[in-house]
Amino acid sequence: MTEIKKISENIYEIPKTGCMNVPGIVYASDKLIENIKKDKTLSQVSNVACLPGILKASIAVADAHQGYGFSIGGVAAFDMDKGIISPGGVGYDINCSVRLLKTNLTKKDILSNQTKVVEALFKKIPSGVGRGSIFQLTKDKLKKVLEGGAKYIVKEGFGVEEDYLHTEEEGCMKTADASKVSERAMKRGIGQLGTLGSGNHFLEVQFVEEVFDKKVAEVFGLKKDQVTIMVHCGSRGLGHQVASDYIKKMEDKYGFKDLPDRELINAPIKSELGKDYFAAMSAAANFAFANKQLITHWIREEMKTLFPKIKIDVVYDICHNIAKYEEHLVEGKKKLVCVHRKGATRSFGPGRKEIPEDYNKVGQPVIIPGSMGTSSYILVGTKKAEELTFGSTVHGAGRVMSRHEALKQRKGEDVKRELENKGIKVKSGSFKGLAEEAPESYKDIDEVIEVVHSLGISKKVVKLKPLTVIKG
Amino acid sequence: MKYKYLEHTADIKFRAYGKTLEEAFENSALAMFNSMFNGKVKETVTKKICVEGKDPEALLYAFLEEFLFLFDSEHFFLSKIKNLKIKNGKLTAEVVGDKASNYEIHIDIKAITYNEMFVKKIKDAWTCQVVLDV
Repeated sequence: MTEIKKISENIYEIPKTGCMNVPGIVYASDKLIENIKKDKTLSQVSNVACLPGILKASIAVADAHQGYGFSIGGVAAFDMDKGIISPGGVGYDINCSVRLLKTNLTKKDILSNQTKVVEALFKKIPSGVGRGSIFQLTKDKLKKVLEGGAKYIVKEGFGVEEDYLHTEEEGCMKTADASKVSERAMKRGIGQLGTLGSGNHFLEVQFVEEVFDKKVAEVFGLKKDQVTIMVHCGSRGLGHQVASDYIKKMEDKYGFKDLPDRELINAPIKSELGKDYFAAMSAAANFAFANKQLITHWIREEMKTLFPKIKIDVVYDICHNIAKYEEHLVEGKKKLVCVHRKGATRSFGPGRKEIPEDYNKVGQPVIIPGSMGTSSYILVGTKKAEELTFGSTVHGAGRVMSRHEALKQRKGEDVKRELENKGIKVKSGSFKGLAEEAPESYKDIDEVIEVVHSLGISKKVVKLKPLTVIKG
Repeated sequence: MKYKYLEHTADIKFRAYGKTLEEAFENSALAMFNSMFNGKVKETVTKKICVEGKDPEALLYAFLEEFLFLFDSEHFFLSKIKNLKIKNGKLTAEVVGDKASNYEIHIDIKAITYNEMFVKKIKDAWTCQVVLDV
């Protein structure tokens, strides 16, 4: 078992032993660490610490759980010259991400139309497995999506400039190169632009239940009882295939004999393969940005038929499975590093050039979706995160119960009824899927948020409560 | 027993068995599809597949990944496998199934992973262990 010691409130350390180049640091409460100890999270954190060029520490945040190779809720930054980039450190669902929209409606507007709203959105936005997109793409246009992201989709007439300006990377990673994405990956993705997918992906209509920081909430344009819409999805089959393709290429080139886990396969950042993966990953990330932009457009169209005076704006859109080249302070010096965030969210404080102008004085919005039917939170990024976690924080509640166990314990019909008793209308293509995502399968989101708030790696701004849920 | 599901916090984990390596591979594919939809699947489409892998795990990965590709690009859903042959790191088979849209599939498998994957003979049975990212 991996040795771990508490070094201060909410901070645990895995001391440097064996092949580890740096220690492991886990940011969690006493209660959350007990859960984290139950699976392979801690040994995965130590394995990542063994990778070449890793800087400061192999980090796990409060919602961490076992992944493959890298844990979920993991952050690892690498030296640009001596370090590596790893598809496992990003995850298969490249740029699995969350977008928050705000509206000029209040809670009671939805309450009197709850069923209509959920039915209309469910009909319009393809969700679940096997429901392909109504949006027909040619291969040439797909390439433009891969290189242009949300920006390209807006230019095609599906949105406004402010949408992509309020998106991480302004909705387009300029490092993308469509020629680095395989035919196979494109074939998997071509029919899926504008679809939610399944699993933990969702579309919720919510309202602001509680405001913790009025000043920052105002900057984000949020106030009590206001209706918001949250979209959680990723790069679909295209991104999954990019990850698999580059895992194979890296294995063929470098072998995996010396690795503690085959899923940790990697390439030096500046090698041909390292650069190619980053360009392909960026392209898949753009597919995910474009995906949510198209969904945003359809939400606008659909909601307008129900509420003719509705106005919908993008608050922000954040990535939680991504690698980025970013500047961070390392041993007192500003340095370009390659940060992997797998099931972790960027949490930049005020002044960073990457943040949209209107949020620059307060820090970036951090969107943390709760599990199905529970609260979500909007936090604000901090300087403290830049000191402790390479500007990162949690991404959600994190599972505690397997899907298999959830299915044994719960029936989808019951989960739906319980949510409806709480005033939440749910729509899903599958009852089984509902059972698998039952709220008790996840960690307590409130506990996770308290930890990151008291550590200061992101601060509470508002709490959102769902009114309608479409489960992918 | 053809296969069984094991506990995993977030993903799907299974072990598939066979008297031969071929049978264990076949049961792995069935275990994967059964986790997406548990019921009878019609036999309306037949396809030939051919994949390669440098070691048994890489071959299993490539074999299962081929189904994800067929699922996403052609909406193919597996019913059964015929004439599965493995020779010199190369697998060929005929796969029979139907359009996925005819079934209520509750989970999308994102990817095959190497996490805890093994292919080995335990006592008399070939055993494949796989974790699927969902």
